[in-house]
Amino acid sequence: MMFNAPETQKMNATLAPASSSNQSSAALPKTFQTVRTPDPEPRKVRVHAQDVSVFYGPKQALFDVSIDIPEKAVTAFIGPSGCGKSTFLRCLNRMNDTIEGARVSGTIQLDGEDLYDPKLDVVELRARIGMVFQKPNPFPKTIFENVAYGPRIHGLAKSKTDLEQIVVESLQKASLFNEVKDRLHEVGTGLSGGQQQRLCIARAIAVSPEVILMDEPCSALDPIATAKIEELIDELRANYTIVIVTHSMQQAARVSQRTAFFHLGILVEEGPTEMMFTSPAEKRTQDYITGRFG
Amino acid sequence: MSVSAMSSPAASAGSPNRSRIQASLRRRRNAEKRFRFYGIASVTVAIGFVLFLFSTILHEGLPAFWQPVVKVDVTFDPAIIKVDPKPVADTDQSPAALRRANLDWQRKVTMVNWNRIIENSIRAEAPDVEMSARDVQFLVSQNERYRLRDMFVENPDLLGKTVPIELLASANVDVWLKGDIDRSLASDRQQLPEAARMLADRFYEDGRIRMAFSSVLFTNTDSRNAPAEAGLLGAFIGSLYMMIIVIVLAVPVGVASAIYLEEFAPKNKLTDLIEVNINNLAAVPSIVFGLLGAAVFINYFHLPLSAPMAGGLVLSLMTLPTVIIATRASLRAVPPSLRQAALGLGASRTQTVFHHVLPVTYPGILTATIIGVAQAIGETAPLLLIGMNAFVTTLPVTPLDQSTALPVQIFLWEGNENRNYFEPKTAAAIIVLLSVMLALNAIAIVLRSRFERRA
Ligand SMILES: Nc1ncnc2c1ncn2[C@@H]1O[C@H](COP(=O)(O)OP(=O)(O)O)[C@@H](O)[C@H]1O
Ligand SMILES: [Mg+2]
Repeated sequence: MMFNAPETQKMNATLAPASSSNQSSAALPKTFQTVRTPDPEPRKVRVHAQDVSVFYGPKQALFDVSIDIPEKAVTAFIGPSGCGKSTFLRCLNRMNDTIEGARVSGTIQLDGEDLYDPKLDVVELRARIGMVFQKPNPFPKTIFENVAYGPRIHGLAKSKTDLEQIVVESLQKASLFNEVKDRLHEVGTGLSGGQQQRLCIARAIAVSPEVILMDEPCSALDPIATAKIEELIDELRANYTIVIVTHSMQQAARVSQRTAFFHLGILVEEGPTEMMFTSPAEKRTQDYITGRFG
Repeated sequence: MSVSAMSSPAASAGSPNRSRIQASLRRRRNAEKRFRFYGIASVTVAIGFVLFLFSTILHEGLPAFWQPVVKVDVTFDPAIIKVDPKPVADTDQSPAALRRANLDWQRKVTMVNWNRIIENSIRAEAPDVEMSARDVQFLVSQNERYRLRDMFVENPDLLGKTVPIELLASANVDVWLKGDIDRSLASDRQQLPEAARMLADRFYEDGRIRMAFSSVLFTNTDSRNAPAEAGLLGAFIGSLYMMIIVIVLAVPVGVASAIYLEEFAPKNKLTDLIEVNINNLAAVPSIVFGLLGAAVFINYFHLPLSAPMAGGLVLSLMTLPTVIIATRASLRAVPPSLRQAALGLGASRTQTVFHHVLPVTYPGILTATIIGVAQAIGETAPLLLIGMNAFVTTLPVTPLDQSTALPVQIFLWEGNENRNYFEPKTAAAIIVLLSVMLALNAIAIVLRSRFERRA
């Protein structure tokens, strides 16, 4: 795997509305405009993305996506497969850096701080923005080591007891502690799929991130394990900013407060979840949530 | 499908389909049977070849691990050993003078006609047989006289005493007793004179000659004037030095290059070129590496000829591509999800590689290493070009001393003109070399399972 620093192009540093930038990039005829519906009582914005485009080699996968992600809420990304949900999610903690040939342009800010600033250290960024992947991917090490790894490399624990406390608390927050407390020193890969995914969530929580990104965290799990994770996400919402990609509209409806609908690399519509599922403003959103395509 | 659906028109339209499926099923089953037969046949043929090879080698080589020894009573006859008593430390003598006196004494001891002593002890065993001094000398290995001399130097009190000693029989006796020469050949075409053949048979029957485990094979170097005492130790040490050099040089350099190329290097024209070249190097015939070694290490850097140092460097060069390619393959086999997990947590690229990727690839890297080293140990051709086929009778003390190597020793023995004797000995050397390989593989398996258990 190769290491390519992405070329960061700030096409539009000012916070102009998305539509104005569409006219500025004349190469592609774009006649779209994201339909936005604000929350009835506005939340504080944690992550601000402006005109984010992503290219895989010559192929553009994402077109000028602009979105604000609110604090202490769950934002769901929905859309047919291949529409760029994962791609956009990966932009938020610069995991696209690790993909060969991927190039990101536009602006993304966390609390007003540019994530693609060349002076910014991605290591620090990823400690602040954690990620949970589609397929549970615990390290082939013990349960304890899985959770302890993050705090250890970031030097978060002052002592051994400190570290043990972090591990226990993280496992508790991920509602996994009771199931594994007798076998903390057995390998994490021996757990069931749902437990593995909660272990991955505990691992992400252990470094106390500000934002947690989840890419279809339940797609490899059975309904009971899915229900547990959804419950967990709902609990975590009180303390974290959460972004979840899901292909299940029911799941988006159950766990999220805001929903963003992507289609063909374009952010079509975003708004409060309830409104998105009852009275979407866009026809394409309507078609998708009623199952007419996808 | 429900019963009613079966009787519906749609299902009856499916019945020709069904017979078609059945026909194709038969075809597929036959194809599968055929393929399984081919598979079993080729495995059988392969195993047959291996078994044939191993049984021939074992059949031929195992007897060479036992050599005849003659048990005789040796008398340290003062009439033959006419030397002064061993000098002892005098108070008025300087240490240097004592040493000189000692050396002088030892030279005199060496001048003693030890062959005569051996001859007398053999004659004593068979007083009734008419034989010449030459006949007797044919029985016992040439260098046994030095053993008697060393015994005497060690313990001068033996003078006048008679001690039972097992003397190593000569290579020709070995050949005669084992039937490696046609015993019905005419006397003038035999390697042993008539009397010696007779004595050998007689001693073997009454137990004075017995087959003893051939420890000289493991404790001696090659020998020409006393083939019965030719051993593998020199070649083994030469191979050991080269193995150490390969492990110390090729393995770390190869693994580090593989890690860098696979995990850190940017993908561009230069790294592509390097990759193509590494793959090509792996396919270069080993003798070319020998030429390179002769040109670079011997002619340019003036490393000594026939030294394990030069051999080890050549073998390292040869092993490097194997190690790099195999290590890269095992790095590439690591699922990307593992890297993502670590990177997503904020591990740096180096931490990701060293904390997560490498530990799961240890078994693969280890296997690659051992295969590379085993390959290097068995290599002959490049060593011939840097003079490691020299006839060396001293043990290499350092990697810069002259030495040969196990496979080269096999090559040399196979070409020895005393074929009757050296053919079994060659097979024995092959068994030793194969055992070294098997031991290496066993180590690989043990280490591998240990790493896997820990992971
Ligand atoms: N690593 C990659 N290299 C090239 N193209 C990619 C890569 N990852 C995703 N894509 C392309 O980008 C588009 C969006 O993919 P993705 O973000 O994975 O969609 P989603 O998660 O919504 O299913 C797809 O057309 C996909 O083929
Ligand atoms: Mg996806």
